[in-house]
Amino acid sequence: MTFEPKIVGILCNWCSYTGADLAGTSRIKYAPNVRVVRVMCSGRVDPTFILKAFADGADGVLVAGCHPGDCHYIEGNYKTIRRMALLKRMLADYGIEPERFRLEWVSAGEGDRWAQVVNSITEDVRKLGPAKIRPALRKKISAA
Amino acid sequence: MKNLQLETGNQKLEEWMAKLKLAAYWAASCGGCDVAILDIHEKILDLAAAADIVFWPIAMDFKYSEVEAMPDGHIDVTLFNGAIRTSENEHLAHLLRAKSKTLVAFGSCAHIGGIPGLANLFTREEIFKRVYHEVPSMANPEKTEPEPKSTVAEGELTIPEFYNTVMTLDQVVDVDYYVPGCPPPPKQIWNVVQAIVSGKLPPKGAVIGASEKTQCDECPRKKQEKKITGFKRIATAQPDPDTCFLEQGFLCLGPVTRGGCDARCMTSGVPCRGCFGSPDGVVDMGAKAISAIASVIEAKDEAEVQRIIEQIPDTLRSFNRFGIPASLIRRKVL
Repeated sequence: MTFEPKIVGILCNWCSYTGADLAGTSRIKYAPNVRVVRVMCSGRVDPTFILKAFADGADGVLVAGCHPGDCHYIEGNYKTIRRMALLKRMLADYGIEPERFRLEWVSAGEGDRWAQVVNSITEDVRKLGPAKIRPALRKKISAA
Repeated sequence: MKNLQLETGNQKLEEWMAKLKLAAYWAASCGGCDVAILDIHEKILDLAAAADIVFWPIAMDFKYSEVEAMPDGHIDVTLFNGAIRTSENEHLAHLLRAKSKTLVAFGSCAHIGGIPGLANLFTREEIFKRVYHEVPSMANPEKTEPEPKSTVAEGELTIPEFYNTVMTLDQVVDVDYYVPGCPPPPKQIWNVVQAIVSGKLPPKGAVIGASEKTQCDECPRKKQEKKITGFKRIATAQPDPDTCFLEQGFLCLGPVTRGGCDARCMTSGVPCRGCFGSPDGVVDMGAKAISAIASVIEAKDEAEVQRIIEQIPDTLRSFNRFGIPASLIRRKVL
């Protein structure tokens, strides 16, 4: 059986979730690997959510919000830019491959872009194979 | 002793007369927690009056076999400091759990992993390679490394196994209370001792000897609006003594660190490094620190954000210096 990546998508309500809806209503075919969680703003995405997704067995995490300047709450996605930039560095320190985590901007009119983003991260994560985080957590002590 | 006059049998009388039995142990730690206990100064005499110390390897001569000979639940309170790094640490954690009515994770290492937990960013092989072969002061022509078992002419020798991953005490055994700090401040230790002696303890699982609020609540530095346009390091820049470190661009973990130490670092001119761990409700201290600090960085485009955050040389160790074993990911992924 081929490896099907499990990817958690955290989408802002106003742009990216609506964009994903558009991809659906436009009948665009794309990879079914992203499990979507809707939040009101990408600025609501605590870096804890991404670490928790990885710790619970996600192979990849995709955070999507409004394009910079388009935030429904004016400033929310600017905070996202900064948080996710720092988080990427922290994930690298944990030895998690950078391709497993992405921050993307998808507007409400970009159904096709949503499909491209999902296909692209799914392919990247598929190439990497399953994340090794959860097995590492289970095996608390590695015996000699 | 309130019911003393009502008790008749000698055995019962002795039980009432018995003092609190106290033990302290160090696992993977530096000894600073034990010294901190002594730092309660002359109050140590009050402690000795209220409690019999039945096991304290750093200060008195006890053997593990004496602890093994005790009946289960014999010790009233064990203050366990240090992380779990070797099979010896783990064995003593299980042993002291069985022999103690109350087991306290004492200090940052037992609580959240502490400085020994930074080794979780390496594997055992990497650590051994560095420590036994690469450090300039090491002369090891036979390329010896510690092995749990080795055979010599006289027979087989064993030493504790060095684990790949450092763990917190509660990842190995059930823990009743946590006393945070690297080391816990003497004032808080005395509060904890008083709480134990008087029996006035909160529900199991609580962090005791600390505040419920963050460091910023206690920090006397002037705080205004935070806007970070660049990070400075305490080694290469001189901070103003009265202004919030973050507002001056020095990375300070005060906003995500539990208070209770009277801001001892900030009042000494050093930003908070987070040894008290996070307040209740925070799942991953490093992630929360990112969240807090990133929101006050003054930049809107990605290139500018990169320029600013690249001034923090080591993200994970700067944002979660003491708590990697207690974090969600716990160690570098192999």
